[in-house]
Amino acid sequence: MITGRFFAAGADRRIAITIFILLAVAFIVPLLNLAVSPTSAFYVPSYVVALTGKYLCYALLALALDLVWGYCGILSLGHGAFFALGGYAMGMYLMRQIGSRGVYGNPLLPDFMVFLNYRELPWFWYGFDHFWFAAIMVLAVPGLLAFIFGWFAFRSRVTGVYLSIITQAMTYALLLAFFRNDMGFGGNNGLTDFKDILGFNVQADATRSALFAASAVTLALAVFVTWAIVGSKYGKLLMAVRDAESRTRFLGWRAENVKLFAFTVSAVMAGIAGALYVPQVGIINPGEFEPSNSIEVVVWAAVGGRGTIVGPIIGALVVNAGKSWFTGVLPEFWLFALGGLFVAVTLFLPKGIVGMWDSWRGNAKALRAASIAEETGIDPDVPAPPKIVRSAARTPGDWSASSPEPQPAE
Amino acid sequence: MSKRNTILYLDGVSVSFDGFRAINNLSLVLDKGEMRAIIGPNGAGKTTMMDIVTGKTRPDAGEVYFDGEIDLTKHDEAEIAMMGIGRKFQKPTVFESHTIEENLMLALKGPRSIFPALFHRRSAAEVRQIDDILGITRLGDKRDELAANLSHGQKQWLEIGMLLAQDPKLLLVDEPVAGMTDAETEETARLLKDIARDHSVIVVEHDMHFVRELGVKVTCLHEGSVLSEGSLDFVSADERVVEVYLGR
Ligand SMILES: Nc1ncnc2c1ncn2[C@@H]1O[C@H](COP(=O)(O)OP(=O)(O)OP(=O)(O)O)[C@@H](O)[C@H]1O
Ligand SMILES: [Mg+2]
Repeated sequence: MITGRFFAAGADRRIAITIFILLAVAFIVPLLNLAVSPTSAFYVPSYVVALTGKYLCYALLALALDLVWGYCGILSLGHGAFFALGGYAMGMYLMRQIGSRGVYGNPLLPDFMVFLNYRELPWFWYGFDHFWFAAIMVLAVPGLLAFIFGWFAFRSRVTGVYLSIITQAMTYALLLAFFRNDMGFGGNNGLTDFKDILGFNVQADATRSALFAASAVTLALAVFVTWAIVGSKYGKLLMAVRDAESRTRFLGWRAENVKLFAFTVSAVMAGIAGALYVPQVGIINPGEFEPSNSIEVVVWAAVGGRGTIVGPIIGALVVNAGKSWFTGVLPEFWLFALGGLFVAVTLFLPKGIVGMWDSWRGNAKALRAASIAEETGIDPDVPAPPKIVRSAARTPGDWSASSPEPQPAE
Repeated sequence: MSKRNTILYLDGVSVSFDGFRAINNLSLVLDKGEMRAIIGPNGAGKTTMMDIVTGKTRPDAGEVYFDGEIDLTKHDEAEIAMMGIGRKFQKPTVFESHTIEENLMLALKGPRSIFPALFHRRSAAEVRQIDDILGITRLGDKRDELAANLSHGQKQWLEIGMLLAQDPKLLLVDEPVAGMTDAETEETARLLKDIARDHSVIVVEHDMHFVRELGVKVTCLHEGSVLSEGSLDFVSADERVVEVYLGR
């Protein structure tokens, strides 16, 4: 069933093409970096590999957000926290790989611990000398946080802007916590000066290319998983909860569990993105918890087109390429440009780049979807029930006097 | 009053919103297999009564029992739905971005947990059930249409179809013929009478023609309690009912 749909035409073909491109890029870019002479026109410089590898991690983060925002209407303003936690888990592994090569040469304690007069390794650093353990933590820590957070938030039916605000508060609280030196995560300097990963030098071109390829392949895999989730009956349910949550409850579905599953999966994806990001940029610090980071992710998804899978990836790549260029030219205006972009997209491209593309292509399905969005957006009560008219003449009496109030969505 | 052999039993139920008593010492009993029409002016508390039965609103006082023994005030919406109470909203509520078939698929009776839904494959039996419902609700040619493209009346029918897919013991149907043509209204009356053959049903409606068509016992609510109960002729001849409707 899944494979059949995978090779089908239309929107599903777009997914197949995206996956194909990502896998091709995972292979070709490292090749052009490593096997081609630097003088050749086809040579891809190492800094480009590192930069685009970073963008791919952002794209994965945007895709993770899209699963909850685009398909379930949960506007999380705290996804940067899951990303950062995944990053810290990877960073802790990388710190412990430094071993006695640190400035202080302590075989067990990372430099910042020696500097802060730690006597012994805090218990939560145990196990991080093993890659497999760190890898599990990359999945488990963001996943568990999202599960616990979602458990309480969805069960108590916090929705809409209130939910957005508490996700923002969550990442802010973590920001403050990780800034503290006594938390044992390196305070405001974070974790850095990494030496190797799985025995390979993180600075080496070959390692960087491998990390780039890993990012591209992981993103391809995430696209596939998201597509499979969204296309399943559960995915239909996810969208049903987005559009008419109380309807799903009265059909017997537990809307809170529907949301909780998507939220947890999404957080795990964000954590993986963070884990791939850290060795490529060489540092993780509390700045990654900055609330504005999470908001930027929302902008990427909105620019690309939420609820489209491919859109947020395109949005993340385009906006970040723009950011790299912009911060080179007019660094102090970047935040204004980002804000302006968000406003412009909301006003002129409500369905993002991908949605716009679909409309241009005259894609009938997309057009229909757009017109629905318009209808429901403007006036859900268009067909005013003409019940009064017909009952007017009948017994008992005339109750057409008071016009029926449109019920709020139940 | 005995709860035995009742599908729904409300006794002394009250609920207030910010001091305003929307439901006031309401008692209402529905026998197993019975269909009941509920009428009443705007704001009489008809929808609120359904909110209480389906677990959306908790009563401040009173007993609410389903099937003679289940205390509904101790359960939430999803649990109550799974016990067998289905509900059609006053404002038709369907999943607009899904097709008619997908709407019915999500409503079909079956397990309601996440993992089976994740790996669900449509079975032949399910397709047959959906075919049946599409036939009953005259939506057969709209199977792959988005629900958003349906007319108001068709959405009402789709929602009734979703109720059928759920196969509940008790159906609460809030204003099913709002926005329908006369022909559609008659069709709906026929459909509900059909459903009532093997289900218990409560229908809230303002349309007297439609209520007459149903030909069942009528309860008139006013200011959150029962004003009059009996045949339609009896209720519409009741002076208090006439007074309420003709305005004070
Ligand atoms: N959640 C709520 N909060 C505050 N007031 C409410 C709430 N729900 C209902 N009410 C009030 O309770 C009263 C009864 O409302 P209800 O919707 O049950 O009336 P109804 O009989 O269904 O009327 P209609 O024929 O207009 O649908 C109304 O005055 C309404 O404003
Ligand atoms: Mg009502």
